[in-house]
Amino acid sequence: MEQVSGLLSWALSRVLWLSGRSERGAARQPRIMEEKALEVYDIIRTIRDPEKPNTLEELEVVTESCVEVKEIHEEDYLVIIRFTPTVPHCSLATLIGLCLRVKLQRCLPFKHKLEIYISEGTHSTEEDINKQINDKERVAAAMENPNLREIVEQCVIEPD
Amino acid sequence: MKDSLILLARVPAHPDSRCWFLAWNPTGTLLASCGGDRSIRIWGKEGDGWVCKSVLAEGHQRTVRKVAWSPCGNYLASASFDATTCIWKKNQDDFECVTTLEGHENEVKSVAWAPSGSLLATCSRDKSVWVWEVDEEDEYECVSVLNSHTQDVKHVIWHPSQELLASASYDDTVKLYREEEDDWVCYATLEGHESTVWSLSFDPSGQRLASCSDDRTVRIWRQYLPGNEQGVVCNGSDPTWKCICTLSGFHSRTVYDVSWCHLTGALATACGDDAIRVFEEDPSSDPQQPSFSLTAHLPQAHSQDVNCVAWNPKEPGLLASCSDDGEMAFWKYQRPEGL
Repeated sequence: MEQVSGLLSWALSRVLWLSGRSERGAARQPRIMEEKALEVYDIIRTIRDPEKPNTLEELEVVTESCVEVKEIHEEDYLVIIRFTPTVPHCSLATLIGLCLRVKLQRCLPFKHKLEIYISEGTHSTEEDINKQINDKERVAAAMENPNLREIVEQCVIEPD
Repeated sequence: MKDSLILLARVPAHPDSRCWFLAWNPTGTLLASCGGDRSIRIWGKEGDGWVCKSVLAEGHQRTVRKVAWSPCGNYLASASFDATTCIWKKNQDDFECVTTLEGHENEVKSVAWAPSGSLLATCSRDKSVWVWEVDEEDEYECVSVLNSHTQDVKHVIWHPSQELLASASYDDTVKLYREEEDDWVCYATLEGHESTVWSLSFDPSGQRLASCSDDRTVRIWRQYLPGNEQGVVCNGSDPTWKCICTLSGFHSRTVYDVSWCHLTGALATACGDDAIRVFEEDPSSDPQQPSFSLTAHLPQAHSQDVNCVAWNPKEPGLLASCSDDGEMAFWKYQRPEGL
């Protein structure tokens, strides 16, 4: 029940952004969307926080209900993740966004488009951070920076 | 509408990587592609297929984001995330890097050659646009550093016939520059887009400019000169640019590229929803408030985001596109009947 109301609360805020695509997708096959969302969550929950020796799940940066999946068309999905950074520090929030994107790009088996946002009200410059982490050119360039790349690799590496 | 765009060929241009950009040479016989694998490839038609004539692999240390041919067709410029711009000289099928332009603080996002062939522009995430002059001895000199944008500059292009430069930015605006006395100045800022402006394209006459954005729209802007008939107010001797048309509701994700065909006037777009679209202006529409119709829509043109669309400058209806999936595709566009 909590999961459903969680889904509804930000589906509402995103409905304009997604221009009507949301209701149709969410209503049609909720079980498949839930399964896909869990698949996504399974991949992101083990990502390590860039600063602390804990996973994003342990720190509650991501939770099951923070993942939303909508069908765009057959076998093609829109994945939306809203994460809550532990500290209101710009560069760490951007780094977490980067880790989420990179790991899913590599590990998510189904065709998808990905949108990552900081959950509303958790950061003073969330619009700026959201814009950066959803700009694929910025993400690509960041991953070519050896220092940033190294940090991201350490965060996304699968636990033994 | 699917039938208006027919697939001619699909080529794995930059396998295991993403293909970021394509540029036809001025005679339309060669196509340069560049990508995340740090290389540039030159393609030529052989029979019904496209073959790789050269691979320029040693020029850059990071992604090559854009390439641009000089108006004479003998040079190719490449803009890279390694913060440099390489100038390659063509010698039959071989290309040699003759100069590396340095100066930007970080990733160079775009490079463009002015129609005269003696000016080059580059732009970067460092928020600046640089204008370079090239002389007869292939010596390049930076003549202006323009710091008008407040964010990452994504694209620069030159006007087709005037020495006028346009830039598109992450700051959601388009800016126009011209030479004043001995320096370059920004004389107009086009506001209206609600997110990053990714690309620009002038119409054949250079009177109109198309811009595309992360806000999922394409906007058409028109230049009004001082003393214009329509009574549009100008600031002194500078032209004013007004948004005369917004194409919204057609694209479901970021529009990464827009290309205005100089032969037919058709407008093609590259979108993050994997589709290619073509628009044409309704013949009876008012030039001050034009209306455009969607004449082609090809969903799943590629298996991932389409990054670039480029009309062949000599063969009407020949369109090239490339994608995050590393592939390049060639299409034949035929305007649907009854338009």
